[in-house]
Amino acid sequence: MYKYDHIDQRFVDERVAQFRDQTRRFLAGELTEDEFRPLRLQNGLYIQKYAPMLRVAIPYGLLSTKQLRKLAHIGRKYDRGYGHFTTRQNIQYNWPRLEDVPDILAELASVEMHAIQTSGNCVRNITSDHFAGVAGDELVDPRPYAELFRQWSTFHPEFAYLPRKFKIAVSGSPNDRAATLVHDIGVHAVRNADGEVGFRVLVGGGMGRTPIIGHVIREFLPRQEVLNYFDAILRIYNRFGRRDNIYKARIKILVKEMTLPVFAGHVEAEWERLRGGPATVPDEEIERLASFFEPPPYEKLPGDDAGFRSAIADNRAFGNWVKRNVFPHKVPGYAVVTLSLKKTGVPPGDATSDQMDAVADLADAYSFGELRVSHEQNLIFTDVRQKELLALWSELKALGFATPNIGLLTDIICCPGGDFCSLANAKSIPIAEAIQRRFDDLDYLYDIGELDLNISGCMNACGHHHVGNIGVLGVDKNGQEWYQVSIGGDQGEAASLGKVIGPSFAAQEMPDVVSRLIDVYVEKRHEDERFIDTVRRLGLEPFKERVYASAH
Amino acid sequence: MPLLIKGRAIIEDRWTLLRDATSLDDVPGEAAVIVPLALWKSEHEALVTRKDVGVWLKPDDDPGVLAADIGSLPLIAIDFPKFVDGRGYSSARLLRDKYRFGGELRAIGDVLRDQLYYLRQCGFDAFAVRADRNFADAIGGLDDFSDNYQSTFARPVPLFRRRKGATGSDTGFSPE
Repeated sequence: MYKYDHIDQRFVDERVAQFRDQTRRFLAGELTEDEFRPLRLQNGLYIQKYAPMLRVAIPYGLLSTKQLRKLAHIGRKYDRGYGHFTTRQNIQYNWPRLEDVPDILAELASVEMHAIQTSGNCVRNITSDHFAGVAGDELVDPRPYAELFRQWSTFHPEFAYLPRKFKIAVSGSPNDRAATLVHDIGVHAVRNADGEVGFRVLVGGGMGRTPIIGHVIREFLPRQEVLNYFDAILRIYNRFGRRDNIYKARIKILVKEMTLPVFAGHVEAEWERLRGGPATVPDEEIERLASFFEPPPYEKLPGDDAGFRSAIADNRAFGNWVKRNVFPHKVPGYAVVTLSLKKTGVPPGDATSDQMDAVADLADAYSFGELRVSHEQNLIFTDVRQKELLALWSELKALGFATPNIGLLTDIICCPGGDFCSLANAKSIPIAEAIQRRFDDLDYLYDIGELDLNISGCMNACGHHHVGNIGVLGVDKNGQEWYQVSIGGDQGEAASLGKVIGPSFAAQEMPDVVSRLIDVYVEKRHEDERFIDTVRRLGLEPFKERVYASAH
Repeated sequence: MPLLIKGRAIIEDRWTLLRDATSLDDVPGEAAVIVPLALWKSEHEALVTRKDVGVWLKPDDDPGVLAADIGSLPLIAIDFPKFVDGRGYSSARLLRDKYRFGGELRAIGDVLRDQLYYLRQCGFDAFAVRADRNFADAIGGLDDFSDNYQSTFARPVPLFRRRKGATGSDTGFSPE
């Protein structure tokens, strides 16, 4: 993974000093709340319902075990012994004290981490494919570019006070695992006919109140030009994005109101001027960044480990776990393992400090001392030998991270919701738990098959409910918590937005609502049809009928 | 006289900011003044001959309208009604990079210590820090960071062309 040199290190150290002084001035009354708010937000610090919340960046989801141990330590020393992995490859702490935050940032800086721009109206943490570098379907390893973008976005002087937050995701695979179509800028690393790496650039996607799938603004951008092009997009957005209404301030609204051709015209004209200028990225820099992501020293192994195969045959529980939680690796004899943070009864994405330490030990033992965080709020070991999967599985089971449910209904993507977040209209964690309890029969869960269920506690859509096959949105009706249900959303390369099925439901109705949706699917599906395929084929009607016929 | 941070010094400001001037009657004949863009446009003939008139822009003013005057204007100010309105940063980049403005570029309005570093990188060289603030303290904001990753006006060559062993610094740009 990327290693800071003395300059990168100095930047994060200077940031800590800057924020320490800002916090001091705020506490001394020299900065008003209004003046301090944007500064603390750009350091990941929210003031939440019960306490501040600190969001720490895990750039494009990569973590070393040293860093994970530091995150565990921070949870233990400054919080209540746990952290929450988010839907944008960040980790949040729900109970730090404002006075401690400068010290927490200093601890992070000591392991080349930070909370820079994890909130506020600026360019946020760059996210990417959690299988980057190991997936067989990959065209281009996106990590060097993600790091290039991280550096470009960090303390960009021109774009620190944008109309609204700005999220960029990059993928290097035709199977989009980074939700690039619902980002302000989505970048697909591709190769042109000559084999040269460049980018397909999408703009104006997003979730929130007005969900929109991103539009292709440029089919092929030479890689050297990417920062010039980003500067052009951001400059047009910074100048012309709406600032009169925060619900209309994202770039997706600007693109919509200007129309894509007009917006693209502005961007291309600005790019034409910047093209070939000082921000043009030399191939030497791309090579320098790529050198940090060289493959680890893999052993030469047979493609299929015999012991592993027989263990699958002998042990059904292990076989289930392999089927759901293990992804093929491009290197023979290795496998990619997802640790499920979706055990029933535990808030999705939560991990205790003790668990983090234990995971760090396992990653050291089994996966070259590194791991990933996915936007589905799970952890990934990318480089496990097949012959060690059985042993790793046993250890993960003991930790509670071997729930064999990746990609299934109970692998729920869920925001912290009304239990923690002051923006939320409704709680989301108890809804997730009630649904997980309803579907606790593994055979039935497997029969249902692949299904994304996403829950957001409010319109801000941190739980990405718009792209859930089943999406649940918490809404407020006269001070009461209700839940609006949509179906037909999908993430990935064929991303689509879900459609609301009708009036919202009370919390206690939600497991029944999901059950009825599933019943319709199970009855009407064709062979090998996933839930999303059936919804696409049949439309909303049969699902609506069933849910409302008996529920109301 | 009000104070101003110019470059890295605190000086007395000889310019008078005319926030509400709408006609030539509002413009003193002798003093150095900064007039609104609307007045500059409507009284262009009378004002352009004076060497002591600058123009200030609102966040949504198009800096391009000053293109023809760039060579003769001694001062352009950009207003930040609220510091969180970041449009002025892009206006500054355009004035400096695209229109090659070489005079004083001044930030006015809600100008505070914690934004000075970014403002300077975008091309501002004068900072009318809010009058209720400690100017000596504010000046420290210019040094919040020792460098930056990006290509900026103040430091056009991005860090990746200046790191140890970096090559490709063949664009003719040199570090600050």
